[in-house]
Amino acid sequence: MANIGKIDKSRFGWVGADPEHREGLSRPSITYWRDAMKRLAKNRVALVCLIIIVLLILACALLPLFSSFSSREQHLAETNKGFFFQCQDDRYEGKNLVHIFGTDKLGRDMWTRTFEGGRVSLMIAFAAVFINLIIGMIYGGVSGYFGGVVDNIMMRIVEVVNGIPYLIVVVLLMLVLPKGIFTMVVAYATVGWTGMARLVRGQALSLKNQEFVVAAEAMGARPARIIARHLLPNALSVIIINVTLAVPSAIFTEAFLSYIGLGVPVPQPSWGMLAQEGAAVFQVYPSKLWIPAIAISITMLSFNLLGDGLRDAFDPRLRR
Amino acid sequence: MAKYILKRIGYSIVTLFVLITLTFFMMRLLPGDPFTGEKQLPEKTMEALNAKYGLDKPLVTQYIMYLGNCLHGDLGLSLNTNRPVTTIISESFAYSFDLGIRAVIMAFVLGVLLGSIAAIKRGKATDTVCMLVALIGVSVPSFIVAAVLQYYLGLQPYLASNKTVQLFAVTGWGPANSKILPVFALAFGSLAQISRLMRTSMLDVLGQDYIKTAKAKGLSQGAIIWKHAIRNAIMPVVTVLGPITASVLTGAFVVENVFAIPGLGRYFVQGIQNYDYTMISGTTIFYGAFLIIANLVVDLAYGFIDPRVKLEEG
Repeated sequence: MANIGKIDKSRFGWVGADPEHREGLSRPSITYWRDAMKRLAKNRVALVCLIIIVLLILACALLPLFSSFSSREQHLAETNKGFFFQCQDDRYEGKNLVHIFGTDKLGRDMWTRTFEGGRVSLMIAFAAVFINLIIGMIYGGVSGYFGGVVDNIMMRIVEVVNGIPYLIVVVLLMLVLPKGIFTMVVAYATVGWTGMARLVRGQALSLKNQEFVVAAEAMGARPARIIARHLLPNALSVIIINVTLAVPSAIFTEAFLSYIGLGVPVPQPSWGMLAQEGAAVFQVYPSKLWIPAIAISITMLSFNLLGDGLRDAFDPRLRR
Repeated sequence: MAKYILKRIGYSIVTLFVLITLTFFMMRLLPGDPFTGEKQLPEKTMEALNAKYGLDKPLVTQYIMYLGNCLHGDLGLSLNTNRPVTTIISESFAYSFDLGIRAVIMAFVLGVLLGSIAAIKRGKATDTVCMLVALIGVSVPSFIVAAVLQYYLGLQPYLASNKTVQLFAVTGWGPANSKILPVFALAFGSLAQISRLMRTSMLDVLGQDYIKTAKAKGLSQGAIIWKHAIRNAIMPVVTVLGPITASVLTGAFVVENVFAIPGLGRYFVQGIQNYDYTMISGTTIFYGAFLIIANLVVDLAYGFIDPRVKLEEG
């Protein structure tokens, strides 16, 4: 034991902390995220869906701006026209404008209305899902991390909220609050957060006993920091998948509510409103329903397929 | 076991109570009162009317009265038709129930079938086709399916044959040919959801060791799938029957409207469009109670069907 002091310090050298050298790995290490992205890039269906979604968002954001018609202007002389109808309105004389998707029962340009409607529908869906995400992450994170009595009480509340059929609550809220985009978002978010909260709680429960959380606790990190910096980032893959799959259900809810007469206020187009108007005249002018129907279906399909693709990418064990 | 059942029933009652409370206060928040009309009533008449319906009492008393009425099965008078809401419900719900139960059965049977076939033929063309159908089902809203079916399968063949051959009736709820389209339109989404779930579950089961054992002891393909695979794979599907019931019930709002079926969903939507508040609140409570009970039954049934589920842990 006494000899230890005599060992010359110069015999020791810093070898560096590079894990690749220490472990003798021949290839650079691939992080979980890069690995998942690589798998996603190989999934052609998911990639195509991602491109469709991006294009749709761009189209809804930009096309109404560049359209010659506004979504509200009426051309009462040319109502319910078909595809590529040449506009004969005096206001646009000599300009040679075309209603690409035709016009509706008030002579409004369907092309503009479809994309502006998409803007409204997508905005409602994204906003609603985003709010659900925030509430769900905080609620689920707190419930899962603290566990015990807190968890018990919080989850009982979720159970009760979950037991109430959400569409019925949405219908009630829509009746009480003034009509509009904001109301739809609030109505959907009031009941929609439970799924996300349960999911995050489950993740937090399984993660909180892992070493890195114990280490963070040992270093004196406060619960808020542990939840925000350690638990949630590690649950991110599950959260992303769930968000992707929640968007189509929000779009569906908007369409459904508009269809039963609880949608956005009247001059405002949305895909649900267009579908409702289209369904009324479907037997005479089928294209009036087909256009919003295809828009809704393609969007829902793309999000569903992208969600499936993300699930496969993040968790190859579940791959079927 | 008994403790679990009691606990579940307890939750159901609390949920129902919350729903009734929510409905009551939401309805109070609505602008106007039942007696504001085009003609301004004299002060005295208003007072008398308010006194008659108990609207002059404090809110808490009114709430307790409302709770009491609900427990007695009195949901008030419809503002539009002036008939008791309970009468309307009892008349119309039979149609909705008939439609709904057929849709749930159809979704379950066809969904399990489609999912199983896709899993057995994994990676083959059959699998792709089945899953494509399922994907369309989860992506197309039911009101679009309903309108399209009604037009292309109901109306078009009828008109094309010069109104002689009626393949599927376009509206109503009576003879068998009027039931097929609405049931299918209502079931399609759930069918798709079940088949996707069934496929995943079936693939999981088919990879288990006991399937290999069954194969090794020389059982036929049919016996393995029917006796060993499907029976085990069907379990997760049973758990979603509760949510499926809910989605079929709400889906009926639009399907009944499209096909003009005199069910409760149609009255509900009409109530919304006419601002018939008592009709809406009454129907809401009825639907809520129905779904809460349906969920309870599914949960309890699951425990009985699958002995591996330990109900005590709940």
